[in-house]
Amino acid sequence: MIVAHRKNIQELKAMLAPHKRILILGCGGCVTVCLAGGEREVGLLSSALRIAFRLDGEQHEIVEATIERQCENQFMEDILEEVEKADAVLSLACGAGVQAMAERYPNVAVYPGLDTKFIGILEEQGVWAEKCAACGKCVLGAYGTVCPVTRCSKALLSGPCGGSRDGRCEVSPDIECGWQLIYNRLKALGQLDKLLEPAPLADWSLGHEGGCRKVIREDQRIRTEP
Amino acid sequence: MSFEPKILALCCHYCAYAAADLAGSMRLQYSPNVRVLRLPCTGKLDTAYILKAFERGVDGVLVAGCLEGGCHFQEGNLRAKKRTGLVRQLLAEAGLEPERLEMFNLSSAQGQTFAEIVDLMTDRVRKLGPSALRKESKEITV
Repeated sequence: MIVAHRKNIQELKAMLAPHKRILILGCGGCVTVCLAGGEREVGLLSSALRIAFRLDGEQHEIVEATIERQCENQFMEDILEEVEKADAVLSLACGAGVQAMAERYPNVAVYPGLDTKFIGILEEQGVWAEKCAACGKCVLGAYGTVCPVTRCSKALLSGPCGGSRDGRCEVSPDIECGWQLIYNRLKALGQLDKLLEPAPLADWSLGHEGGCRKVIREDQRIRTEP
Repeated sequence: MSFEPKILALCCHYCAYAAADLAGSMRLQYSPNVRVLRLPCTGKLDTAYILKAFERGVDGVLVAGCLEGGCHFQEGNLRAKKRTGLVRQLLAEAGLEPERLEMFNLSSAQGQTFAEIVDLMTDRVRKLGPSALRKESKEITV
C-alpha cells in the first residue's frame, strides 16, 4: 500500500487560510489502511482545524466527506455537488489522489493534507516500513525477495558497501543493512550461489529517472490513440 | 465575576464512575465544575469525543480509567492513554493548551482520589483561564 502521514495543523491552516468553505476529503484506499486519510482521520483533522481557525478568530466552514478512492474518476462523481460548493478541497489522499482530484475539478483549489511517504507494509501495529521504490524493473527474484533498490540505502545491486556494521547501515543505525538481509535470506534458502553471478547493469531509465511514466495496455483500452 | 471552568470527566464505569459514586456516599466535597460522562470502559473513548467537547467550549477534559493492569477489558485504559496523547498533540498543534486534557488512573475504591483529581483539574484550568473557544460557543448544559 501507499503509506502517508498527516501534515502539521499549522501548515494546513496557512495553506487553507484564504478559503472560506473548505471540503476535507478522505480516501477509502491505502490511506485509510495506514490510518492517515480515512473517514476517522477526516473527522479528527476537521475538528483540529476548526479549533485552530477559531483560536485565530477566523471563520471558516469546514465540511467533511470521504469517498471510496480518490485516484479513480468514477468515485469522484459521488461528491460533485460538495466539491462545487467548496472554495477549496483539502485532500487526504496520497499524491496520486490529490492530483486526480485536481485534474477532475480544474476550477477548484485542491491541497494535499498528507505527506506521501512510500510504498510499504504494516510491519507491526503503528509501524509502516518501505518495501518498494517502484523502480520499474523488479529484481526481487535474484536477491532472495529482499529488494536491494529499496532496502540498501545506496541501492547497490552488486554487494554491500563498506559501511555495513553489525548488520546495520552507515546511514543510520535504525536502518538494517539491506545486503545483510539479502545474504541471510539467500543463505537460509540455500541459494547463496546466486550472489556469484555478476548483476547486470540496471536500467534506471525504467524508474522515475526516465521521466514521468505510463503503463499502456492496448488490450484493455477503449479509446485508441488517433 | 470569577471564572468557573467547565470540565468534562469521561469516566470508566468500572472505576472512576464508581469512585465518583463512592465520593458522594462518603460526603466528600469537590469542585462542582465537573460534568461526569460515563463510558463502559475508557477503551470506548473516541478521540473525536474530546475534540468535539473542546469545539463546544469546555475548558478542560479529564479522562479517568482503571489503574494500569486493572482494566476490566484488559487494555482499554492503555488504549485511552494513547488516544489522549494523540489529542494532546493535536490540541498543541492547533494552538490550544494541551494541559487542558489529562488522563488519570484510579480504582473504584478511590473516592478520595476522584475528588482530588477533580479539584486538581479545576485548579489547573482555572489558572489557564477560559478556553478561547468558549466565548463563541453556546452555553453548555450537561
